Amino acid sequence: MGSITLDHVSKTFGGHTVVPDASLTINDGEFVVFVGPSGCGKSTLLRLIAGLEDVSGGRILLDGRDATTEGPAQRGLAMVFQSYALYPHMTVRQNIGFPLLMAKLDKAEIERKVQDAARILNLGDYLDRKPGQLSGGQRQRVAIGRAIVRAPKAFLFDEPLSNLDAALRINMRLEITELHQQLKTTMVYVTHDQVEAMTMADKIVVLNAGRVEQVGSPLDLYRKPANRFVAGFIGSPKMNFLDGAEAERYRAHSIGIRPEHITPTRDKGRWHGRIGVAEHLGSDVFLHVALDGGLGHLTVRTPGDMAVSHGDEIWLTPDDSRIYRFDKAGLALDHTS
Amino acid sequence: MATGQAQKLAKWALMPSVAALSAWAFIPLALTFYFAFLRYNLQDPDNTGWAGFSNFYYFFKDPFFIKDLINTVLLVAGVIMATVVGGVLLALLLDQRFWGRGIVRLLVISPFFIMPTVSSLVWKNLILHPVFGLTAEIQRWFGFAQPFDWFGKLPLFSVGLIVAWQWLPYAALILLTALQSLDEEQKDAAAMDGANRFNYFRYIVLPHLSRPITVVILIETIFILNTFAEIKVTSVGGFAGNLTYLVFSQLNDANDVGMAAAGGLIAVVLANMVSALLVRLVGKNLET
Ligand SMILES: Nc1ncnc2c1ncn2[C@@H]1O[C@H](COP(=O)(O)OP(=O)(O)OP(=O)(O)O)[C@@H](O)[C@H]1O
Ligand SMILES: [Mg+2]
Repeated sequence: MGSITLDHVSKTFGGHTVVPDASLTINDGEFVVFVGPSGCGKSTLLRLIAGLEDVSGGRILLDGRDATTEGPAQRGLAMVFQSYALYPHMTVRQNIGFPLLMAKLDKAEIERKVQDAARILNLGDYLDRKPGQLSGGQRQRVAIGRAIVRAPKAFLFDEPLSNLDAALRINMRLEITELHQQLKTTMVYVTHDQVEAMTMADKIVVLNAGRVEQVGSPLDLYRKPANRFVAGFIGSPKMNFLDGAEAERYRAHSIGIRPEHITPTRDKGRWHGRIGVAEHLGSDVFLHVALDGGLGHLTVRTPGDMAVSHGDEIWLTPDDSRIYRFDKAGLALDHTS
Repeated sequence: MATGQAQKLAKWALMPSVAALSAWAFIPLALTFYFAFLRYNLQDPDNTGWAGFSNFYYFFKDPFFIKDLINTVLLVAGVIMATVVGGVLLALLLDQRFWGRGIVRLLVISPFFIMPTVSSLVWKNLILHPVFGLTAEIQRWFGFAQPFDWFGKLPLFSVGLIVAWQWLPYAALILLTALQSLDEEQKDAAAMDGANRFNYFRYIVLPHLSRPITVVILIETIFILNTFAEIKVTSVGGFAGNLTYLVFSQLNDANDVGMAAAGGLIAVVLANMVSALLVRLVGKNLET
């Protein structure tokens, strides 16, 4: 009860193609995250699924039924917006109950379901307030409450946490994951925060300029990116890329090495370079190193509290079993390991 | 401390304009107050002296007083009803995307820029006139030999029509700007929540408009209480006169300055009472 299939869906805004051709299957109960750079069409794709935009081509299936021409209400999905889109003149109770009122449920039934949702989301004390009197996190919860009351087939989230501060974001991230465990309802979640993507998703969909670049579990994408774009997008700090002679040695057009797969040493190693900025995070150090001979710049992540500072010389050695090789078009060549 | 000094300075800096404004509002009011207690009839210039409350008494006793009071209320209420309902509909229409929207918006605003006397003349002689008017022409085209005499048969309604025509653009404009400040995502959210167009209007748009509607009602009340040109120009004062017109006729027809001043004061007091009542009733919407 909640599978979503995109079948060669395309979307054009007045001659400007935003989604050229997207096909995708989301299984019932899955937590799927759409990631991609700004403007790549994540929101558009979500709105197409929601029915808030009409497709220009292709079909959208919900539970195997063709829903392409159905309106947003008929599809039985719920959406949480980035700006929350709460109704400012209604109380929290009325906001959460609104979808039920529209579904013509009777008063007692609405009240019961609103109370249930409020309990799940810890909103009990705020039911009579207006959205303007709530904090960002509470508003977010009301928006989620409005989504869960009518037991939708799937939830659609469009960057729901991007307006919250860092601490609250981590909190809400856990709450939403917890909610998914509880409800076991399909969730489609748009973000460009890749920590959210990695930690929350069962399945990540990486989008680039409206194209689906790769679909897979977070670890799949981390271990076996299909191309340079995905490799560069998943992982933090970003993967390093080298081309030219160094890549030739691995019989590739370019190679990628993750910062955490490089070992820095004082006396000897593969490459010699000079440290630019060293970012000490306590648990880790991020070194930004300029290689000798114009080979390029590498970011290195090393655990602990290595005492290094700006201008120090350093030797770097990659873990040869974890080098990613790419051809001229940026596609991944089979893994060296 | 700095703010304390700044506030003091601001007070002094504001003094001249406050003084000018008070004088501007106060002097006419004070003179009216003074005249209202005098025996002051231009047709009987020798009969002077204090009149006590007799001017007020006779103004209330005037056979036209009750009728004109009712007319005033009917006019204000009717025009506000028409302009608010019409304004909401017009604003909804103008908020749609259609070709030539800019021009249409400009045209819709234009009645507001026409002087009341001019628009009254146009309505009286070109549109509603029983012989030469547009409506008469249309009725004849449909085969009515005796076109309807608007100002003769429905004088108050006709005046209301003219006033409403003038105020509709104002209401529509205010409501249109309010509509445009409605968050698009609310529309999407309402669509997801299963609200059809009617429910979207009823539960989202209308509450959003309640504040601007309050503003429209308050402003229009104050101005329409003072309707005069439309009544005078269309010469229906005897049937559709309001309190403002009654004051005028005391002065113009009876030449009684004292009585007119008393009437003016009564009108001011009534207007204030109505405004205070309105502010209490609908002004809640303006809070927070
Ligand atoms: N209604 C519209 N009319 C025209 N162009 C649009 C419309 N909506 C989106 N676009 C365009 O489609 C592209 C994708 O937009 P979209 O909002 O889906 O990006 P996004 O991936 O959600 O970006 P972000 O991460 O910044 O939210 C953008 O180039 C945008 O300008
Ligand atoms: Mg977006």
